Amino acid sequence: MKSRFLRKTRDVSESMYAGHNRALIDLAEKNGKIVCCYADFPPGQVGEVFQKQFPDRIIDVGIAEGHLISSAAGLADAGFIPFTHCHALFALGRGYNQIRHNVAYDHRNVKIVLCNSGVAWGGIGPSHLAIEDFAALRAIPNLVILSPSDAVSAGKATLAAADYAGPVIIRLPAVGAVYPTLYTNDLKFEIGKAICVHEGEDVAILATGIMVNDALMVAEQFKKDGIRARVLDIHTIKPLDEKAILSAARETGAIVTVEDANILGGLGGAVAELTAEKCPVRMKRVGVKDVFGESGTSEEIKQCCELTPPFIQEAVQEVLKAKKGNVASKKRKTPRR
Amino acid sequence: MSKEELVRDLQAKAMKLRRESLFVMKEMGMGWLGGSFSSADFVTALFFYRMRHDPKKPQWSERDRLIISKGHACEVFYAALAEAGYIPREELKTYSHCGSRLQTHVDCRTPGIDCSGGSLGLGLSFAVGAAIGAYISPDEENLKADVRHREARFRVYCILGDGECNEGQVWEAAANAFHYRLDNLTAIVDNNRFQSTGPVEKKMNMLSLGEKFRAFGWETREIDGNDLSEVIDTLDWALTVKGRPQAIIAHTIKGKGFPSLENTNCHFIKITDEILKTGLEALKG
Repeated sequence: MKSRFLRKTRDVSESMYAGHNRALIDLAEKNGKIVCCYADFPPGQVGEVFQKQFPDRIIDVGIAEGHLISSAAGLADAGFIPFTHCHALFALGRGYNQIRHNVAYDHRNVKIVLCNSGVAWGGIGPSHLAIEDFAALRAIPNLVILSPSDAVSAGKATLAAADYAGPVIIRLPAVGAVYPTLYTNDLKFEIGKAICVHEGEDVAILATGIMVNDALMVAEQFKKDGIRARVLDIHTIKPLDEKAILSAARETGAIVTVEDANILGGLGGAVAELTAEKCPVRMKRVGVKDVFGESGTSEEIKQCCELTPPFIQEAVQEVLKAKKGNVASKKRKTPRR
Repeated sequence: MSKEELVRDLQAKAMKLRRESLFVMKEMGMGWLGGSFSSADFVTALFFYRMRHDPKKPQWSERDRLIISKGHACEVFYAALAEAGYIPREELKTYSHCGSRLQTHVDCRTPGIDCSGGSLGLGLSFAVGAAIGAYISPDEENLKADVRHREARFRVYCILGDGECNEGQVWEAAANAFHYRLDNLTAIVDNNRFQSTGPVEKKMNMLSLGEKFRAFGWETREIDGNDLSEVIDTLDWALTVKGRPQAIIAHTIKGKGFPSLENTNCHFIKITDEILKTGLEALKG
């Protein structure tokens, strides 16, 4: 069933980082254990507020991402709840062993915010465009991986992360980029529970992060053509909402996954693993097809990495065609409304 | 108790830890004998002289932290934990067996271990984070104040290997420790001059680690790390330093206490019945 927390229109856009920062300030006011850590990364509004009100609780470690993660584990041992911030690719790359060893293995209460993730922001070139994060982090035990889709859910994800006793990754897109706000401020966000943002029985589009809005646009377009696409906001990559995904597989028989990440091992990989074992259906993964990003504008990059709505449409048409041609496909169980 | 008596007591304790750690190593049949034995003296001084801790409350929030960054020389630490009462002595027999609380690198599942080891180069950063946490005030400036109005809630000790200092992250941590004026942080480098596959200056010549820490702004002392009198004097000195972290470069002998292995590359060796017998003979009280 479609979430009741969806805004009626998507006429407001905001940066997810701003939503995350507001939540951090709110948290810090109520909880003296919240500490924000940065590896020479702009703190935004948190910087202004914390320097005045909680000056000890904002730490910059310099350009030292490995140290950022390990020292956050030490802060957690001292009784604090640290939120670390740096470029996604450098937390992942320079801090991978640290995430695995200091945070995940010792189950430390550290929240690692991957900033500027994905390729869609173009910006400062392939060295900074993380496509590997979902795949690499999924394989580490004990981690919760959150991938919110708008400023509201980014704030709620932050609150949920603080409440959760253990390691959490929060993946955010470009800190300066704005994306349509999908949800109302009273959104109920539960780790591991996908949100249905569009109902449908013909095909399921499972999207995450900034691609949820694109998936919604595609579903709305298909509705005009009489094709009803279910769209799920998979805001938790790990643990996956297996119930919602398997229901989608069973009830629609066709799945498209959409992510601003490598299609190898990310959301698409996770869904394929699950459905292949428990409910095999026609599937198509939309995302970065195992290539590095590029310098360029957001529009240029989304086009060259095949992340625009037409590519999602094409994928939907492909799985629908394959579903029709599938000898084993089930007859419609629920009547069209 | 006079200082001489104290030193004699600690020396006897250190011998005992070496003996016990040999039994621990025998469980696996292999052991990091060199590094366990070289560090036994300052490990003894930390556990039984300097650190503020309570074996009955391993998670006491205000305990001094001990970060064993060179997490492979675990055998002497397990011996120390048993001797201090964190774990029963019988549990030492479970070392290296599947499901044991005593894993083959120090592990947080063991009461008394503050940070899992094994991945070299990470521990000093963890220690810096903990030391910063000891100074943070939730609503006002203390860590960052020019003049701190509150003492650190606890001290942090971090033991590193000399070879471990090849790892770049050690120096990220060193810079941060000075920048944040962590005078509640003492790093002890077990400078036994051998790393896994050979002598440190042949594998990767880092020149003087003491000068390096000094260059990073640490108050640094170089001592005979196997002389307990010097060790306790230096640990006392560390408490007096204000405004800067302290580095103790403990010049030690790899395999100290096992004469036929001293100053050889006994980093990780097979513990045969012969080695056990010879070692116990050499370590007779």
